[in-house]
Amino acid sequence: MEPNRRTLFKMIGAAGAAVAARSASAHETPAPPPDAAGLLYDATRCIGCKACMVACKEVNNLASDPVSRGGLYDDPVTLSAYAKTVVKAYWKEGANAYVKSQCMHCIDPACVNACMMGALQKRAHGAVTWDGSRCIGCRYCAVVCPFDVPKFEWASAFPKVVKCEMCAPLVAKGELPACARVCPRQATVYGKYTDLLKDAHNRLKTEPDRYFPKVYGEHDGGGTQVLYLSKADVSFQDLGLPALGDDPVPQTQQQVQEGIYRGFIAPISLYAGMSVVLWRRRTQKKEENA
Amino acid sequence: MSAHAAPIGGELWTRPYKFLAALASLGFLLMAWRYLQGLGATTNLNDGHPWGIWIAFDVVTGTALGCGGYAVAILVYLLNKGKYHPLVRSGILTSALGYSLAGLAIAIDVGRYWNIYRVQFFFWQWNLNSALLEVALCVTVYVGVLWIEMCPVVLERWRDGANPSLKRFASRTLSVLDKFMIYIVALAVLLPTMHQSTLGTIMILAGHKVHPLWQTPFLPLLFLLSVCGMGYAVVVFESTLSSWLLGRKFETTMLSALARIMAYITFAFLLLRIADLAFRGVLGLVFTSGYLSFFFLLEMALFLAPSIMAFQARVAANAGHLFQIAMMLLLGGALYRFDTYLVAFNPGPGRAYFPAVPELFITIGLVAVEIMAYIYFIRRFAILPAEAPAKAGKRG
Repeated sequence: MEPNRRTLFKMIGAAGAAVAARSASAHETPAPPPDAAGLLYDATRCIGCKACMVACKEVNNLASDPVSRGGLYDDPVTLSAYAKTVVKAYWKEGANAYVKSQCMHCIDPACVNACMMGALQKRAHGAVTWDGSRCIGCRYCAVVCPFDVPKFEWASAFPKVVKCEMCAPLVAKGELPACARVCPRQATVYGKYTDLLKDAHNRLKTEPDRYFPKVYGEHDGGGTQVLYLSKADVSFQDLGLPALGDDPVPQTQQQVQEGIYRGFIAPISLYAGMSVVLWRRRTQKKEENA
Repeated sequence: MSAHAAPIGGELWTRPYKFLAALASLGFLLMAWRYLQGLGATTNLNDGHPWGIWIAFDVVTGTALGCGGYAVAILVYLLNKGKYHPLVRSGILTSALGYSLAGLAIAIDVGRYWNIYRVQFFFWQWNLNSALLEVALCVTVYVGVLWIEMCPVVLERWRDGANPSLKRFASRTLSVLDKFMIYIVALAVLLPTMHQSTLGTIMILAGHKVHPLWQTPFLPLLFLLSVCGMGYAVVVFESTLSSWLLGRKFETTMLSALARIMAYITFAFLLLRIADLAFRGVLGLVFTSGYLSFFFLLEMALFLAPSIMAFQARVAANAGHLFQIAMMLLLGGALYRFDTYLVAFNPGPGRAYFPAVPELFITIGLVAVEIMAYIYFIRRFAILPAEAPAKAGKRG
């Protein structure tokens, strides 16, 4: 009895050591893929015309939103299965701005980490795209996305997950994403990720009075391929963007999972230990009976 | 093993049983509706709350309530506490039923159910970073493991029956099963340890959407500790309830010892829970989080009260009090899961969720199926400890 119990405690100790070892293995901060493209949205340029929303609907064949205005006037108020991008207004005495929302195409996306079968993955140019043949519709992606992006066709008996894919099919044909193509003020521009980042910092440097002094998405949540600039007197949280800190969103969970399961050592030793204990006990019992 | 247990017999189609059957039928009708009309028509799930009661109750809480088999297996097989052996079979039966129905609930909940089989078979597409994948695979295998553990119950009946070919088949299979059963039992301890903790890990990824009183890197350990407590509570609950309903003698001595084990685990849980809050510097939120403070404190009370009660000799010797202790702990564990998955999950302003009526009745239907199956098994198969019934005429 005693040696067996000791074995059990030893096993628990081994599992604990594996958890402790997690601090030793630092999670590498992922870099954007070399061909990464992105969008740069400049709230100081946006006039809220919603041309991007219309163009997005057209190229993505999205139905008009039956929820907001009974289907007569298509005016989605938030991202949904009917809208992959939405422009909203922030309105306060003395300070107001528009903000465009769509997938942020995170450098280390929570949804991609969550997705069991890799339906959501970072594919060409680092765009997070959805492969319906792999998706079982569990909606874990929607639970974990810090920007509340992946949407579900609730009204359908054969639902799809709907999200901005940075117009991956158009980009593959050498065209621009619809929102960037139609923007009359170039509030949304599409380009190489590194160029956009440089451009954003240039704008901050040349017109410091015009801008809130930060490029949102450069580091936030581990970095996103969609970058935001805001007006000097409007913070990014005013625009509805979450304060995430600089660590990649999936980092904590990955560290915990890796700590427990690294090399599958803990589960295997737990199983082996238990089998030995049980086997020994059965042999003992047989001897007693003999 | 059969010396310990015997079917309790008796009439199956009693009035309560018919009522359960009606609830189950309603549940299945609503399920058909869900498949024809989609999730939007039958549930209140929405883009802010993509997971509702089917995940928080049927899957996360349901499998935790199905951990009676796990908890007792640790005691009996691993820690060699043979005196609890009479509780093993009903524990495993509840687990097998709870997990099977959780599996069914998942099939109802996922939107693109026609792709489910890929999770088990398309291993080259597995995303090994996905905590949910681990849970899905563990649960699939564990359902199989539990029914293998249940096999001897059916085989013993055949072996002791009249049909000679069934007799031969049963005794042969039983001796084969007996040889590798220890490896199955080891698996039956490993798998819940893995996926019950990972059910906590799953919500770490939701980050700031889960209120800081619940969101912590220690979620897996907290989920594991609380599930062990709930596992023992389920056994106490079930044993007391069936003794009472069937007019049998209460197994008070054994159950009060179990309640004390349960209390030690719960104390460890509470200690970790509070230490974690203190370490993260969010203890202040305990009283300043509005209705979430209420739920947090209710949780604490439901864990703390039964743990203290379990150590009072007077209380622990009384079957009624033991039942209350188990009940509170089950509610506490369930609430902890509901809070983490639903109540403390805030996707942002303008989003609300409360289960729709069809959604609730599908869950109720599933619970009815579970109870019906449990009654069927204890009446027809050797699950509960064999014992002279206290009241005459109960045995069929």
